[in-house]
Amino acid sequence: MRSLLRLLPAFPALLLAACTEPPNNPYPAGQSRQSVLYSAFSERPKHLDPARSYSENEYVFIGNIYEPALQYHFLKRPYVLEPLTLTAMPQVRYLDAQGQQVRADGPVSFSEYELRLQPGIRYQPHPAFAKRPDGRPRYVPMDPAELADIERFTQFHETGTRELTAADYAFQIRRLADPRVQSPLLGFMLDYIVGLEALSQAIGEEAKRGARERFIDLERFEFPGVTVVDRYTWRIRIHGKYPQFQYWLAMPFFAPVPREAERFYRQPGMAEKNFTLDWQPVGTGAYYLAENDPNRVMLLRRNPHYHEDYFPAGHPDAGKRLPMVDEVIYSLEKENVPYWNKFLQGYYDASGVSSDSFDQAIRIGADGNPDLTPDMRARGIRLSTSVRTSNWYLGFNMLDPVLGGLAERQRKLRQALSIALDFEEYISIFLNGRGLPGQGPLPPGIFGAREGKAGINPVVYTWDGKQARRRPLADARRLLAEAGYPGGRDARTGEPLTLYLDTMDSGPEAKSRLDWYRKQFARLDIQLVVRSTDYNRFQDKMRKGNAQMFEWGWNADYPDPENFLFLLYGPNRKVGNNGENAANYQNPAFDRLFEQIKEMENGPARQALIDEMVHIVREDAPWVFAYYPKSFALRHGWVMNAEPNLMAHNQLKYRRVDGAARAAYQQRWNRPVWWPLVLSLALLVTAIWPVAASYRKHLRAAARA
Amino acid sequence: MKPVLLWSDALLFLLMAGVLVLVWSMRHEDWLRDPWRHVMRSRIGAGSALLLVVFLAVGLLDSLHYRERLPREAGPPGATAQHSGEVLSALDWLLTDLRTRTEKTYSAPLATHLYVKESMKGPDGREVRDYPPLQYPRGHLLGTDKVGQDVLYLSLKSIRTGLLIGSLTTLVMLPFAITLGMAAGYFGGRVDDLIQYVYTTINSIPGVLLIAAAVLVVQAQIEAHPELFDTAAARADVRLLALCAILGITGWTGLARLLRGEVLKLREMEFVQAARAFGVGRLAILSRHLLPNVMHLVLITVVIDFSGLVLAEAVLSYVGVGVDPAMNSFGNMINGARLELAREPVVWWQLAAAFVFMFVLVLAANLFADQVRDALDPRMERKS
Amino acid sequence: MLDYLVRRLLYALPILLGVNLLTFALFFMVNTPDDMARIHLGVKRVTPQAIEAWKAEHGYDRPLFINTQATGVDQVTDTLFVDKSLGLFAFDFGMADDGRDIAREIKTRMWPSLAIALPTFLVGLLCYVSFALLLTFFRGSALDRGGVILCVALMSISGLFYVIGGQYLMGKLWHWFPISGWQPGLDAWKFLVMPVVVGLVAGIGDSTRFYRALFLEEMGKDYVRTARAKGLSDLRVLFRHVLGNAMIPILTGVVVVIPRLFLGSLIIESFFGIPGLGSYTIDAIQAQDFAIVRSMVFLGSVLYIVGLVLTDISYTLVDPRVRLE
Repeated sequence: MRSLLRLLPAFPALLLAACTEPPNNPYPAGQSRQSVLYSAFSERPKHLDPARSYSENEYVFIGNIYEPALQYHFLKRPYVLEPLTLTAMPQVRYLDAQGQQVRADGPVSFSEYELRLQPGIRYQPHPAFAKRPDGRPRYVPMDPAELADIERFTQFHETGTRELTAADYAFQIRRLADPRVQSPLLGFMLDYIVGLEALSQAIGEEAKRGARERFIDLERFEFPGVTVVDRYTWRIRIHGKYPQFQYWLAMPFFAPVPREAERFYRQPGMAEKNFTLDWQPVGTGAYYLAENDPNRVMLLRRNPHYHEDYFPAGHPDAGKRLPMVDEVIYSLEKENVPYWNKFLQGYYDASGVSSDSFDQAIRIGADGNPDLTPDMRARGIRLSTSVRTSNWYLGFNMLDPVLGGLAERQRKLRQALSIALDFEEYISIFLNGRGLPGQGPLPPGIFGAREGKAGINPVVYTWDGKQARRRPLADARRLLAEAGYPGGRDARTGEPLTLYLDTMDSGPEAKSRLDWYRKQFARLDIQLVVRSTDYNRFQDKMRKGNAQMFEWGWNADYPDPENFLFLLYGPNRKVGNNGENAANYQNPAFDRLFEQIKEMENGPARQALIDEMVHIVREDAPWVFAYYPKSFALRHGWVMNAEPNLMAHNQLKYRRVDGAARAAYQQRWNRPVWWPLVLSLALLVTAIWPVAASYRKHLRAAARA
Repeated sequence: MKPVLLWSDALLFLLMAGVLVLVWSMRHEDWLRDPWRHVMRSRIGAGSALLLVVFLAVGLLDSLHYRERLPREAGPPGATAQHSGEVLSALDWLLTDLRTRTEKTYSAPLATHLYVKESMKGPDGREVRDYPPLQYPRGHLLGTDKVGQDVLYLSLKSIRTGLLIGSLTTLVMLPFAITLGMAAGYFGGRVDDLIQYVYTTINSIPGVLLIAAAVLVVQAQIEAHPELFDTAAARADVRLLALCAILGITGWTGLARLLRGEVLKLREMEFVQAARAFGVGRLAILSRHLLPNVMHLVLITVVIDFSGLVLAEAVLSYVGVGVDPAMNSFGNMINGARLELAREPVVWWQLAAAFVFMFVLVLAANLFADQVRDALDPRMERKS
Repeated sequence: MLDYLVRRLLYALPILLGVNLLTFALFFMVNTPDDMARIHLGVKRVTPQAIEAWKAEHGYDRPLFINTQATGVDQVTDTLFVDKSLGLFAFDFGMADDGRDIAREIKTRMWPSLAIALPTFLVGLLCYVSFALLLTFFRGSALDRGGVILCVALMSISGLFYVIGGQYLMGKLWHWFPISGWQPGLDAWKFLVMPVVVGLVAGIGDSTRFYRALFLEEMGKDYVRTARAKGLSDLRVLFRHVLGNAMIPILTGVVVVIPRLFLGSLIIESFFGIPGLGSYTIDAIQAQDFAIVRSMVFLGSVLYIVGLVLTDISYTLVDPRVRLE
């Protein structure tokens, strides 16, 4: 009751807000006009620990919270790395087995990266840095009685900060080795970072000696892989030559984590309250996680200690201090339909375009380029497109007796299927043109990919002078006959050829897509049996090599051809070796070339070898190169600087928003329609009439009786 | 042509045969025949029964499966005749036109052009973006879906799934419900305790969770033995059967409890006491004296459950534990149509078709169930 | 009374044990611990060592029911089943496989679920009983016949259509309420109305018909005839006697579902983006998070048993002749 009374003065304000705001505004009244960005997430993030997280939907958050040493330039294309917290790009030295510097083109045992930090960068406010007057940490050791009263993370009232040092970067690399952290990168980095394996074992043994979740001083262990030279300088030593390593340095795996955070979170009782590094990040980035409720909302707020950072040159906003938006609100929105509808109502600032809303938003202009529909343009919505650095393919399991292997018969069968599967139609039906038909393993924009006539896959396409044309079905039929299946029947037995597609697709669109595949195979008179199953079963089949055909895709970790070609490298195959080569493709010629280009710098020599590799793969056709997805991003006119950058994860700081314009639009687009309510009330009133009438009749009858 | 008998077909025909035998055997027993005559005499009863028969006919036609023989000349000379791996049904054959006349993608009911604009070469050779004409203008009574299949055809194919779920589930459920329910009521004591324990346990688990877990188990089994299910139809079929079995195993408790109560009452009746005094065996008493006296409860439950199960299929498919995603079913249609509502202009016909077909089927079943209940047991209140 | 409660509690133990056995058996038939580890570790670059580490970390590296490695009692006790299900009986749900505390999650998610389920339930009961009374009062008239047919028609529509249609009309077309989402505190009301209305409408046909049947049966009883013979007005008979007496089966029938209201509604919550226990459960099924599924099944069973006990108690309250023995 008391709380109700206290609300009383607020009531007129609420009422006023209710009158000026549209009734379907899902946000608190008045917020829309502030410097706030509205976005959504579709799945609760599993990990926010930069050592553990390895998925795009988590990088959306931690990419803006943690700062690795390097970042991708926001505007430049092709993607270029630049220093983020460093004073300059890392210096690489090549060493021989004795640790003596050698020339890059000779035999190399180690590469050593030296990184130099800008001074004066500070962490976000966080209780791990809070100090007592005497300088001891405020919350370490934590008083159990005090912890018992703390339910929410914001109840740690005292916070502090400190300067970022080279030791924090080194500390995070040590964390990668901690088996308790379970970093997905550990297995991969063991081959590269010197001494990582020994470190991991040492920590593991130490962890077994006591309570598992206790704090272990990771800096105590011997670790030749990383050396802290001084407060601002550190060196990382890796085995051999691995030019792609600098791309990893731009990923959150190599962001700094303060040792105070580990010390703070690894206290008894913390994990039970979800106070872990995996859940409450501590970074130096432009934003910090102010509210963490993955059931509803994730709220990023401007980091008050954020270092000097300015918008890059070559843009109207150049030179402005970053970040430009105060708060970013991510609401949980699991389904596409409400997401899109709320975007149209102005309650989300940006939207990907799902295929079902495509016609409403976009039309393809006379020149074949996509453009917004007049309706969307009238709403002030902007469109930006870019080809993603990823590819989708239909893989053939190369271990399969019918489809697999490098023999002529199977190869021709695969080539026939590559021609027959009309992915242009697929792109137009299911992606509404948001994709480019695949020509090889490398998507455009990656070094080594070729455009135009030189870029087509001659097995599947011909060049008609202007564009690539898919070969006619007759070619596929001829190849099929040469493979020993004239008319889709085995020439020896007359049995119809039946192929199996394994999929874990079960969404609402699954049925249409599977029907489409069946139609495509039927064009060659091949019968397709779709084996749909759940995620686990599918993964299991892939590992055991029991699948025959499957859909798969790869999203680049970094923009280098090595990151795509390794998907076809034999020793990296799935069956037996547990690699990422899902088709289990193994061609010695290809493998030899791969080992060469892996260590080369970009240049004509590398291009020549890559051309050769792509040629081999096209001929062998272990994949049907389905398409390279394009991302179409729509945003409202009140959001600025949302040019897509598919590699950078820290884009929030560049965004700018015009809150007043947004509030005005929201109001215009959401005038409630009241007549149905009035109508139903009227109906209700008229319905009372016959009821009353029959009641009177009833009474009269009773009186007469 | 090579006939194919899927498991569900066999069970469905078995069920039909059983019903026919039952009807045949009671054609002379007035006391059994009268209630049905009563049902058929009412306008609602006869009307809903007619509708149900139409649906049933479609479902049965769709259960006569075969594989087409492939043309001999394509194979090597002298080879034995080969058959297509695609399993078709008599309904498919009747609807060959609908089935094969597909468009590229959406088209509205009875439209002449596609619903989606495409880039085409105009008469002057320039690229224009317009609605391309359909291959079969005005040929699709209910329009076409995302990959251009006729929605009327899809709806008709979905009927069989609904019927199977509604009827086969009860077939699975009945043995459990009848034996366990009656045993609990008649024997009492330990038997009763045990049976009550089992059904309280099953009842206390939230239904969707139990079904979800069981469907996943079946899926794992299918994947473990791919050689047993060589055609797409066989895979979808076994998953459907499994779904029926699971719904049956989780759904028997309601009827069992009803029967237990009824048998508790009946076993104290004079005719049962007399039979016992004459030394009639327990099984004989149960099957000859008690079963006929609770049969009306069983029948009523079967018809009432039918409509509930047809509705349940849609919800389970939404949760992702329903029938095979490649199978035609109302649940899958609704699930796909959900996204279509977000399109602009709205694609409404698939949702509308699913709605109308499902509504008519369930409404007919509900009305029929009402009539049957009134005729068989006017005083029985509904247990929910 | 106390004696009765203790006995019911003891009887609940084997049921809960049975429930646990069933869920464990079903779940592990589908998902080996390896599968679970893979789901949680993601798709890219997963090594076998990482999988072993995950299993050890989450205690899935032991055998399911019988540990042949151990000796004596440990053969049965040092197993996954005992380890994972003992805690449940003390309502210690432990950590979800994604490392978050389940009890905490249930505590926070329970409120949105209740905020939807409780109004739907209470307003629903009120509406349905009133409609049923109306139909009973006009029994046999055109109004009654029309009402019953409308009820049958309404209950022949799949619940999914109500949800899809309601969201489309009220949210998208008419801009009355936010299409989906949730805010804590007082702001919650605008997210509540749509799911509650949809839930109400979806239940009208079924429940109204049920209560009407109940009232009609009561109307046919001797005491009602006597009362009417004495010249009491129809309205009075209906409200005083019929409603009063039918209240007993209505209340006792309803008590059993009350505890389960906590668990929320799977479909409505996931359609409207309500962060309740229903959507928690669906997400857990889809993510195959066994720790959550197990906890929710257990909780559901407990609440069901509580409902049964409450039903028994409510019988004694409304009808003094019934004794708990």
